[in-house]
Amino acid sequence: MATVAAAVPVPRAARGAPLLLAALALALAAAAPLYLSQTPLNLLGQFLALAILAIGLDLIWGYAGILSLGQGVFFGIGGYLMAMYLKMQGLQPGQLPDFMTWSGVTSLPLVWHPFESFPLTLLLVFTLPALFAYAFGALVFRSRIRGVYFSIMTQALAVAVSTLFVDQQQLTGGSSGLTGFQSILGHSFYANATQIAFYEVTVVVLAAVFAVAWYLTRSHFGVLLRAVRDGENRLRFFGYNPTVFKAFVFALAGLCAGLAGALYVPQNGIIAPGMLGVVPSIEMVIWVAVGGRGTIVGALIGALVVSYAKYYLSSAYPDFWLFLVGTLFVVVVLFFPRGLMGLAELAGRALRRRGPPSET
Amino acid sequence: MTRPGESILEVSDLVVEFDGFRALDRLSFVLYANVLTVVIGPNGAGKTTFLDVITGRTRAHGGSVRFLGRDITELADYRIARLGMARKFQAPTVFPDLSVRDNLRVAAAPVKGLWSALRGRLTPATRAAIDEALAVTGLGALAARPAAALSHGQRQWLEIGMALATQPRLLLLDEPIAGMTGEEVDRTAELLQEIARRRSVLVIEHDMSFVRRIAQRVCVFHQGRQLVEGSFERISADERVREVYLGVEAS
Repeated sequence: MATVAAAVPVPRAARGAPLLLAALALALAAAAPLYLSQTPLNLLGQFLALAILAIGLDLIWGYAGILSLGQGVFFGIGGYLMAMYLKMQGLQPGQLPDFMTWSGVTSLPLVWHPFESFPLTLLLVFTLPALFAYAFGALVFRSRIRGVYFSIMTQALAVAVSTLFVDQQQLTGGSSGLTGFQSILGHSFYANATQIAFYEVTVVVLAAVFAVAWYLTRSHFGVLLRAVRDGENRLRFFGYNPTVFKAFVFALAGLCAGLAGALYVPQNGIIAPGMLGVVPSIEMVIWVAVGGRGTIVGALIGALVVSYAKYYLSSAYPDFWLFLVGTLFVVVVLFFPRGLMGLAELAGRALRRRGPPSET
Repeated sequence: MTRPGESILEVSDLVVEFDGFRALDRLSFVLYANVLTVVIGPNGAGKTTFLDVITGRTRAHGGSVRFLGRDITELADYRIARLGMARKFQAPTVFPDLSVRDNLRVAAAPVKGLWSALRGRLTPATRAAIDEALAVTGLGALAARPAAALSHGQRQWLEIGMALATQPRLLLLDEPIAGMTGEEVDRTAELLQEIARRRSVLVIEHDMSFVRRIAQRVCVFHQGRQLVEGSFERISADERVREVYLGVEAS
């Protein structure tokens, strides 16, 4: 009897339930400034920004089966571009950001100029990471490099870019990164109202990204993403060019990562090369693995849960965190391949089985 | 539409080499429209390589392939597929995590570009093609099941259904009855004969009783060339065929 009940398709109402829950959670998140004080609110805002990245990563990994170990790069680009804008706020005319003066730079480098403009910065923080991801993806996928070879290349990219950012001290602030932001659009950077504004913008962007991802994964495009994962070559014989789909979804994930970086930096107050290297890139994968790949909701929950655990545990046991997160990853991959979402589904099924007979 | 007797695929002097081994050795071959043609030949005769070349999976080192009057020798695999050539592989390679209906949907979508996928609305014609494929293959009751849950025979039919759902001009099938039970073989024979009424079908097969049952025309490949072609009776009476193929089978 039990197995029969398990095979019955999930009723329509239950299929809409995750969406309803997500909507409720987002409403709750938007109202958070009413019931959270500044520090926890700021933390939540950072984690929600990271969740945007996780949703993008779930699109490429959970749906299309493309494991990127270099999402930190696109996150970093978005973050640095936003930081470049913030760094130039509150300066006197002709004055340079502090670290440039220390490196002996006398005039503003060319690549910094666009970030004097707020609208241009807003445009570039997501278009540049997306274009960069598209170019990288198109190049690599066209050579039919995939699977672990692709993952290794993304990891190499993370190493290369983080090294480059350390190396170009006069442009990037080197290993200490960009920090010490003063103001934004004439408002004091650390004022409570400014930080609440950062938080609310993050909630809105997260909601939009979530909605787009939800739509995409349920469209014909979503079916094709899963088909790419299941049998890319097969898809070619039906007349599809999988390279186009893969490059597009990789660009989309890059766009999400860029947005995440741009929203994370103002709330965290610093961006440094250490935040876009290999280790943070792998942590991003762990968020999605823990939450449950291929569910969108799982990626969001995973990013929040793991980030909070990291915040809590890494301050209590700083040396222990990396071992713990590594163990967590192995345990999840081996025993809970569908993450928290998979566990929730199992629990739900067990509850339904015990429910009154009229229900089944 | 092509009339029966008209050629749909012309291959001339095709050469493919792997590390000095000539898998196809100046193979020439003509396929006629709306005829169920079966290609037979001993292992290593070049049958699967032949399919690989005409579908664009393997590049020829010499010779040419014309499909529907167009030279497709250098065309990318997915472009050849768009011209109306569908292939069913030897091992069933459906998309296991997708439902039966979604598998057919991937195949049936008339435009295979990114933007049409993003807009993602199914046209009535596509819907009809999916329903027809479900009806022809008898998988209607299983439409919502993931393909991974199907039996071996059902998976083979799903794959034939997917190939059909693309509305191909030419359907290529590589050993369609491998691993099937007797009952499933009967069902497949009927299915292929039904399909061949309206489409050109090329089958690669080893099972002689099955070949006898379905073939309207048989071509024998040997060492990368076409040895002889004709009706099953004519082929089975041919001395050379007995030597290279049936002899091998018997021993």
